[in-house]
Amino acid sequence: MSAAVSHYSKGFWQLTWRRLAMDRVGVVSLIIVLMFFMIILFSAFGLIASDWNHEVAINDAPPDLWGILTDKHTSVIQPSSNNTLSEISEPLPELSVVDPLAEDIAKLRTPIDFSSHIIDPLADTLRDIGYSQYVSTDPTTIEKRTSLPFGGDRWGRDVLKKTIKGTQTSLFVGLTAALLATFLGTLFGAFAGYYGSYIDDTLNWIYSVFNAIPYLLLVLAIAAVLQKRGIATVVLILGLTGWTGVFRLIRAEYMKHRAREYVMAARAFGVSSLRIMFIHILPNVSHIVLVEISILTVAFIKSEVILSFLGFGVAVDDVSWGSMLNDAQSELILGHWWELVAAGGAMALLVTAFSLFTDAIRDALDPKAQGAGA
Amino acid sequence: MIIYIIRRLLQIIPIMLGVVLLLFFLFNWVGGDPAYILAGKFSNEEQIANIRHQLGIDRPAYVQIGIFLEQIVTGDFGNSWSTGERVSEIILSRLGPSLTILLPLLFIETLLAITLALAVARIRGSLTDRMIMIFCTIGMSISILVYIIVFQYLFAYRLGWFPVQGWGNSLRENLFTYAMLPILISLMVGLAPNLRLFRSFMLDEISQDYVRTARAKGLSEKRILWIHVLRNASIPIITYIMAALPGLLVGAFLIERFFSIPGIGREVILAVERSDFPVIKAITVYVAIATIFANLLADLIYKAVDPRVELK
Repeated sequence: MSAAVSHYSKGFWQLTWRRLAMDRVGVVSLIIVLMFFMIILFSAFGLIASDWNHEVAINDAPPDLWGILTDKHTSVIQPSSNNTLSEISEPLPELSVVDPLAEDIAKLRTPIDFSSHIIDPLADTLRDIGYSQYVSTDPTTIEKRTSLPFGGDRWGRDVLKKTIKGTQTSLFVGLTAALLATFLGTLFGAFAGYYGSYIDDTLNWIYSVFNAIPYLLLVLAIAAVLQKRGIATVVLILGLTGWTGVFRLIRAEYMKHRAREYVMAARAFGVSSLRIMFIHILPNVSHIVLVEISILTVAFIKSEVILSFLGFGVAVDDVSWGSMLNDAQSELILGHWWELVAAGGAMALLVTAFSLFTDAIRDALDPKAQGAGA
Repeated sequence: MIIYIIRRLLQIIPIMLGVVLLLFFLFNWVGGDPAYILAGKFSNEEQIANIRHQLGIDRPAYVQIGIFLEQIVTGDFGNSWSTGERVSEIILSRLGPSLTILLPLLFIETLLAITLALAVARIRGSLTDRMIMIFCTIGMSISILVYIIVFQYLFAYRLGWFPVQGWGNSLRENLFTYAMLPILISLMVGLAPNLRLFRSFMLDEISQDYVRTARAKGLSEKRILWIHVLRNASIPIITYIMAALPGLLVGAFLIERFFSIPGIGREVILAVERSDFPVIKAITVYVAIATIFANLLADLIYKAVDPRVELK
């Protein structure tokens, strides 16, 4: 019995895989998505981009794809880690339209003589008293690159590495939140659909309440209440608010399956309700769960980016596509477009590939419904 | 009809009660003791006790929920924790700018999306159709933030066609100067998903038998699409628009933030940044009420659009 069941279910997934492999768009998008997963795996284990926080280049280093070959370096006086030396030396763009204080800032910036290495007025004192930062590193010169293949940000950090790290954060948040939301939705949906009556009424009531508040408003309200910022908080917020769509679908499926013969037979055998729900019925609706995880991942990546952009998402010392876009907004006004392109481009590529993959897997799982989604 | 409306109104009560309970739970338990947030970092026990008494949070939970309900009915949520303004005045004064953006946007967007969806549905399967759909898919993948940042930089900062940000006093000035670019950007961002969705609604109808009948009796394609198909496709379209309506009020918050428009959305963000609980609570409650009534209104509009719909 069990052998027959497992053989049949393997056949279903094999058929699905074959249909997916026939879909050229599906395969290409799957490869792109898998590449992103490889990147975040490598980055999570610290194999790549672990040093994204290092200021390897001059501030706002321009992108230069072949610059790595010529290996241009410049000596920069580096008394403290966050000096804005090169930012001052470059010509100032017209800021007056946006920033009413621009003229004052420009006035403040130009006349100061930076030939002296003492930018931090306390640097000498700190060295005297043996402050570690000034003792361990020689404050005179540090080699810095003048350009990076994909450019540098305001503090001279490599945009490519920042993007990889941002990808790790955003994709991780999107996927974990999607798993949490799908888990909750499936659990509630299974109970509501299978048991019906007052359990269904109660869960349906909770669903209506969550649905009555516009999604983004609910997310922001919870963000306001949870003062702590960080990856775990974002996952929690998105996961706890995003389960309603899954609940609706799974509930309808369980109501349908509840009346099927195989469930009645199992019940007649005396199989427990929990076992029927999660061992017997769940595999039959697993394709819906899979598609929902995929859809929610894309939706949550978008939400995370917006939350982090507004400063309600990941912590300040973390990087996500959203916080990159926040940096990029002020950089663009100075004409530094590379961080915007890197973060926006990486996100667009992943989201496009993930959406096309979702369509492909939906068609592959349910060939009868082909074209219905259009 | 009247019985139907009364029954729907009765169904609203438990949902509203749920919303109240959820918000009460969020702001009074998950958020920690509001008195500590309000009192700030430097406070003594006496001050805390005083604030607790003022807010009424030293009383039992059911009394507090009663206070909350009273606040909702009277619209009096007290004063903002950060600016001291009356919450009701904040909301009323922010409603105008939000609507100045939203109403023209909703009108133009719906009209444009329906027209384009019909046009695309007419040439379904052709190369143009597929190109537009691919274009839409890619367009939807780019973050809304990127669109706003780039277009604000390009059209306002670089080319100077529009003011970079700001808001005036007269409706005319706001509508034709400050609201133009925000509306334009929202249109570009919103069109792709709407077009895709509306096209699928149209395609569902185009394969129906009544369309074949209409063609067989020699009606023009234009008439079939605009009269027959559109009428039938209008039900899902209305559902979608009505469901999206209250969310739009908040959904425009990014636009409002970027362009410094003093609307509801920007107020929500400011309130979240400042932990200004009364403002968030009030806006959430009223938007939730608006959502519930929008859903009811949508059902009533179905009946008007399609007499076959039975309200049960």
